[in-house]
Amino acid sequence: MIDHPTRDAGFGVYVHWPFCASKCPYCDFNSHVRHQPVDQERFLAAFRREIAHTAARIPGRTVTSIFFGGGTPSLMKPETVGAILDAIGAAWSVDAGAEITLEANPTSVEMERFRGYRTAGINRVSLGVQALNDTDLRRLGRMHSVDEALAAVTIAASIFERSSFDLIYARPDQTPQAWRAELERAIGHAAEHLSLYQLTIEPGTWFEKLHRAGKLTVPDDDASRALFDLTQEICEARGLPAYEVSNHARPGAESRHNLVYWRYGEYAGIGPGAHGRLVTGNARLATATEKHPETWLERVERDGHGIIDEEVLTADAEGDEFLLMGLRLKEGIDPRRYTRFTGRTLNERRIRTLEDHGLIVRRADSRLTVTREGFPVLNAVIAELAA
Amino acid sequence: MTTRTFDNIRNFSIVAHIDHGKSTLADRLIQTTGTLTAREMTEQVLDSMDIERERGITIKAQTVRLEYLAEDGKTYILNLMDTPGHVDFAYEVSRSLAACEGSLLVVDASQGVEAQTLANVYQAIDANHEIVTVLNKIDLPAADPDRIKEQIEEVIGIDASDAVPISAKTGLNIEAVLEAIVKKLPAPKGDADAPLKALLVDSWYDAYLGVVVLVRIIDGTLKKGMTIKMMGTDASHGVDKVGVFTPKMRDIGSLGPGEVGFFTGSIKEVADTRVGDTITDDRKPTAQALPGFKPVQPVVFCGLFPVDAAEFETLRAAMGRLRLNDASFSYEMETSAALGFGFRCGFLGLLHLEIIQERLEREFNLDLISTAPSVVYHLRMTDGTIKELHNPADMPDVMKIETIKEPWIRATILTPDEYLGAVLKLCQDRRGVQVDLNYVGKRAMLVYDLPLNEVVFDFYDRLKSISKGYASFDYHISDYREGDLVKMSVLVNAEPVDALSMLVHRNRAESRGRAMCEKLKELIPPHMFQIPVQAAIGGKIIARETIRALRKDVTAKCYGGDASRKRKLLDKQKAGKKRMRQFGKVDIPQEAFIAALKMDS
Repeated sequence: MIDHPTRDAGFGVYVHWPFCASKCPYCDFNSHVRHQPVDQERFLAAFRREIAHTAARIPGRTVTSIFFGGGTPSLMKPETVGAILDAIGAAWSVDAGAEITLEANPTSVEMERFRGYRTAGINRVSLGVQALNDTDLRRLGRMHSVDEALAAVTIAASIFERSSFDLIYARPDQTPQAWRAELERAIGHAAEHLSLYQLTIEPGTWFEKLHRAGKLTVPDDDASRALFDLTQEICEARGLPAYEVSNHARPGAESRHNLVYWRYGEYAGIGPGAHGRLVTGNARLATATEKHPETWLERVERDGHGIIDEEVLTADAEGDEFLLMGLRLKEGIDPRRYTRFTGRTLNERRIRTLEDHGLIVRRADSRLTVTREGFPVLNAVIAELAA
Repeated sequence: MTTRTFDNIRNFSIVAHIDHGKSTLADRLIQTTGTLTAREMTEQVLDSMDIERERGITIKAQTVRLEYLAEDGKTYILNLMDTPGHVDFAYEVSRSLAACEGSLLVVDASQGVEAQTLANVYQAIDANHEIVTVLNKIDLPAADPDRIKEQIEEVIGIDASDAVPISAKTGLNIEAVLEAIVKKLPAPKGDADAPLKALLVDSWYDAYLGVVVLVRIIDGTLKKGMTIKMMGTDASHGVDKVGVFTPKMRDIGSLGPGEVGFFTGSIKEVADTRVGDTITDDRKPTAQALPGFKPVQPVVFCGLFPVDAAEFETLRAAMGRLRLNDASFSYEMETSAALGFGFRCGFLGLLHLEIIQERLEREFNLDLISTAPSVVYHLRMTDGTIKELHNPADMPDVMKIETIKEPWIRATILTPDEYLGAVLKLCQDRRGVQVDLNYVGKRAMLVYDLPLNEVVFDFYDRLKSISKGYASFDYHISDYREGDLVKMSVLVNAEPVDALSMLVHRNRAESRGRAMCEKLKELIPPHMFQIPVQAAIGGKIIARETIRALRKDVTAKCYGGDASRKRKLLDKQKAGKKRMRQFGKVDIPQEAFIAALKMDS
């Protein structure tokens, strides 16, 4: 059949729930706050239609992972989640061992729904803990306390087969000592997986306004590099090494869904502002849906899908995306796959320059991987390789 | 054969500081004499190049023949010679002035005399011109004609009691200017029966007619069909068309003594015509050429390189096209380790350099990198030979050099008193030698001798910035003087970047080197490794900065599977890299080559 160098990386379905109870000041994701109750029935119907529409374009796939992201998907009723999973199961076949993740906020309200989600088919949760410091949680605009968050982590671990939580570090005024203590404490509660993101000031966020006005200082390059290095050191020592720039897991507990992205597999994006990479024929399509929830809803009700951007990727664009995603992983990339996408090999001279600087290595199995030194400057490494 | 006066002709030029209204007055004169109807007038008829209009400067000499019925009932032919107003074109100006008997000195009635006015009016006086003073912009509330008249008398030393007050903008009193031209300026003299003797004032290339030569007839007659000879080059050419500008070209078949006009013929390139040359009859040549002819000498050199190496041939073709019309600009191929293939170009001065660069970029759609402007150094070698050095990269082994001489200028600067201290400091910092310090009303007039190599960097920009734009500046090349000059190399990541090397005075080397390294540190983005930036004289490092290695740039979190957003960022990064020159392992942004030269001292 089709010999597209993507198949072996799996097929994931991403479902975006675009609503939050409140907007966090650092967040530039596609999230919206509604003061009227959201009509979940109507959205569910639209999700169903978009799933069916996508399945008609790329039929016959076996789903290896499903991910509910947001926004705050834990604001969905468990029945809504279950119905969406049913729709996915009807559209494609779902692998028996598929990883099905839902992002959740660690508040007491949401904890009450955990059992329902488990019943609906969710087998992994990812909790937005973000900090183990009540002052910083407030500054980050979070609506939970440290105690509440840790309780949620414990309950999640007892209900779901797998779980993870997120922390944001390199926060304003955060010292290495404070972060060390916080991270050690977090690891003590972490079952198998942690996502540790450095705070970045994103355009259009409230933090950006404060930052521009000089009212918010984040650590400079040196300080944030030191925090990054410290994070690697602690996590390695505690058996949670980084398998991706910001993601740490006990071996075998990596997020399979995110691996689909990073291994540049095939994925469908369902819901407002979701991105997909669909393989049709020999082409890879990049799809993006309307971001505004109600506009997306109307589009789906009218057209059967909310896609407003669709592009057939050129060989070079595919090659670039493959590098951008793949080099984030500790396992790196297979350069032969780059050649299969682009029809050319990576520039040998540039590889050597990067090797000389100790930023990448070529492993015995010929995979190209980024080193501990290379990860903090990954954007520059990729720009060099892709130029 | 007898010399007589051609009473119905007046030849004049207009001397003015930029923005004092020269072009507007010229337009009014054309309009008032009915030479062009209002419909035919485009704004500022004479400055026909875009750049000339935008910058308010004249690059090529142009002329227009006006017919004026005067109060005495006679009709006069008035030839207005529009001359370049900038010091870069000082020689061209002197030839244009030599083609006239008088000048209108136009001074802004509120701003008064500026440095450029002074330099140009002295040239006119040197050319034995009668001067008619015109006070422009008297309609403005700030106009103070009495004060300005006093200033003109005091500073320039000419009688301004009968200065004509006008407003070129509103058209006030334009007739009075025309009457003054007729009454006060002398008529030309010449011998109609003598062999042809004409001054080559300027020339340019016309797509339809070939080379058009602007001439002033001194003696004899220039006729269609005759063969003329250029005395400087000894070349002969047949004459096809003889005429005048009204300002449209009008064929009139012949030009006699005192007249100003043009001819075309079998001349292929502007480079075949030399401004200031004497044109005579090939069969019956004049005995003596006109004085003052000298070949064009480029004063400032710099390298011009295409940003995109693939555009080298386009650049070569573009330079050929420009040179067709501007023989004072010279170029030859140059190879730079840092910048690849390009051209070493010679210019009459910094303005000329800027104009050519701008025209190349604008008219030919090229992206260019220019290297540090350099002056022409005279090297006396130990074996007694003399070498000219146009490019610091070509500097011979210092052991073989006996002495180095550099060009000096005499600069006149007018500045409001409150900035005098800062201006003096600037001149001192640039190795200046004070010649004179005077007051013109409330303004100080400074005369300084300065090495040109200190001026080609950013002297003018600095002068403007320390005086909040009020100081005015003019200069002429005065002489060559010996200087303790050394070649300063710049090393990036331990490799010399030829395009950044320069000759500097030994005492200034360290501060220049430090400033250069600091500037490069700002301009070169951090790489994945540490980069030393050094300035050196010979093997000795005199300044050093370190560009620290990139510490952290990785994107922490990707939003779902949104690879497109990252790809867009990558595309941006790639485009940025394209605008850089890879030098060894270091990417140097092209701005660095230009900005590194514009630095405070």
